[in-house]
Amino acid sequence: MKHLLVSGHRGCAGCCDAMATKFTLMGAGEDCIVVSPTGCLEVMTTPFPETSWNVPWIHSLFENAAAVASGIEAALKAMGKKGNTRIVAIGGDGATMDIGLQAISGAFERGHDFTYVCIDNEAYMNTGVQRSSGTPFNASTTTSPAGKVSFGNQRPKKNMPAIIAAHGSPYVATTSLAYGKDMIAKVKKATEIPGPTYIHCHSPCTTGWGFDTSKTVEVARMAVKTGLWPLFEMENGEITKVRKIGTPSPVEDYLKMQSRFKHLFSKEGGAEEIAKIQAIADKNIEHYGL
Amino acid sequence: MATKGKLEMEKMVVVEGSYAVAHAVKVCRPNVISAYPITPQTHIVEGLSQFIADGEIQNCEYINVESEFSALSALVGSSAVGARCYSATTSQGLELMHEVLFNVSGMRLPVVMTVVNRAVSAPINIWNDHQDAISQRDTGWIQLYAEDLQEAADMTAQAFKIAEDKGVLMPAMVCMDGFILSHVYEPVILLEQELTDEYLPAYEPLNTLDPKKPMSFGTLADPNYYTEFRYLQQKAMENALKKIEDAANEFYDVFGRYYGGLIDEYQTEDADIILMAMGSIVGTIKDTIDNLRQKGVKVGLLKVRSFRPFPAEAIKEAIKDAKVVVVLDKNISLGLNEGALFTETKSCLYNTKNRVPVVGYMIGHGGRDIRMSTIEKIISEAEEVMKTGIKLESQFTDVREEIL
Repeated sequence: MKHLLVSGHRGCAGCCDAMATKFTLMGAGEDCIVVSPTGCLEVMTTPFPETSWNVPWIHSLFENAAAVASGIEAALKAMGKKGNTRIVAIGGDGATMDIGLQAISGAFERGHDFTYVCIDNEAYMNTGVQRSSGTPFNASTTTSPAGKVSFGNQRPKKNMPAIIAAHGSPYVATTSLAYGKDMIAKVKKATEIPGPTYIHCHSPCTTGWGFDTSKTVEVARMAVKTGLWPLFEMENGEITKVRKIGTPSPVEDYLKMQSRFKHLFSKEGGAEEIAKIQAIADKNIEHYGL
Repeated sequence: MATKGKLEMEKMVVVEGSYAVAHAVKVCRPNVISAYPITPQTHIVEGLSQFIADGEIQNCEYINVESEFSALSALVGSSAVGARCYSATTSQGLELMHEVLFNVSGMRLPVVMTVVNRAVSAPINIWNDHQDAISQRDTGWIQLYAEDLQEAADMTAQAFKIAEDKGVLMPAMVCMDGFILSHVYEPVILLEQELTDEYLPAYEPLNTLDPKKPMSFGTLADPNYYTEFRYLQQKAMENALKKIEDAANEFYDVFGRYYGGLIDEYQTEDADIILMAMGSIVGTIKDTIDNLRQKGVKVGLLKVRSFRPFPAEAIKEAIKDAKVVVVLDKNISLGLNEGALFTETKSCLYNTKNRVPVVGYMIGHGGRDIRMSTIEKIISEAEEVMKTGIKLESQFTDVREEIL
């Protein structure tokens, strides 16, 4: 199979962006146009005059990938060139859940035929691990650090899939880097369904989360096994498929793999905070029937 | 100097300025129109929406975006796949686009946008001045300013021709004064489809996003490469200087109408006093000149059509024999107390032998009415400058001292 994102890019060893993008392109196929907002993926794959992309690719700004994608779709339609070409936006959690949310809302409401893939590594990694609305409860980042009077980020993750589903998207799915086949299949399905579709990929970042570069997949898998990251599909607003996790692993097994949570194991009161995270997992398990 | 060619009366219809522009956009055969409503731009996009609803623009999608930021962002994508793209905005909308303006220019996407000039907030004000567009001076867009409805419409076709030229490939703003032009009805000739097709061929992009020939757009350029991107944008602007003249001349050949290229001149040949201005104020100045010429005042007008690229050589040539130059600006650089055209006109003369005194007036802020009596007063003050030199280099016009 032809590699649509080739090696030689500047990503870290174990980079989640590179993995998620490869899976995305394996699902979307060669006949696609990719839009990237500003972020690690853009920086590491396109140092002029080099590029890692074997599909047409465009980066405009941080907050407008969905708008750019909608313009591509409209233009191809207008000029009679849409054919079977898939339009795929691939953005990080900051570009998706924070600064780009308005443009995404507009593009989904307007019903453009495109797929938006969020590579959610739960902070602004390109600028040095700052907190985003994708940062989980009690994670330490450079702008929500754990300290003498803080356990880190004090808000839960924004529920982005629910926001997209509320726009009437025909297909919304969560996936994880630990489950490559799952992701490829979901992207393929998303790009085949007409209209605006959404894939949210949980993507551990070795640099930002603090784990060994060989452990990206293991960390991702543990998030799913604890129930902290449920894998599901929603079609026309209804959950149609959920990945069962059997006997859930305790959240400690996930938290202790990453230095962003290490204060929970050293600070006084940490056990109570871990219990709060366990409650989030328990709620997911109940809500999604994991 | 020809300002207009023959205006064939039998072809003229009385329409609103916004309709004339919307119609001009239609006959330019855009593929994508993306816009967000904002007063006083709305009638243009409403007109275009109706054309779409009536099936009068073939092969075109109109995107009802959720903000001006997305309006222009969508066109980044559209233009990159080879579409002819149009938007319209004003004031706050244009300021919201600021980041995207740089991006469109940097990627060399020849988008054309009407800017219906309006003051900027605060205080909020929906009436005309040029602060909105002038504030976007350095974003890498060609900026053309129209004097009247006919020119605003005709300039739209010219803007596509200039922007899409392979030696240019830069986006272009057609600036028209809010309400004064956008909402005024007067007789115009609507651009004929057949003539427009002859004047403006289909857009042929150099590079596009195409799965059969993958290319990367908007890549990262580090310090080894960034300078050259900027340099080439400047070269493109320099190429545009000639293309703007060519586009005006070719327009005359096809349509028989001409308004000047980079600049236009009115009664400047023997003028001691030359006024400089952009936009609809030009009409008021011409009428004032006509009155004063009858009284023997040797006054003329230099109309600037292209603010970017800045036509320094054309300006220098036009004012070479003047005894005083008066620049009227509907904008101000706060803290400098000068309008942009004034500052730049002075700047382009500095290293020349021409030591003509140049004075500036900031006028018409937030839609303040500009009367002929005000222009006459400015001209009489210019006569004083000729006699006694500059006392006040740059000043506000018509400040209501009693409410300060």
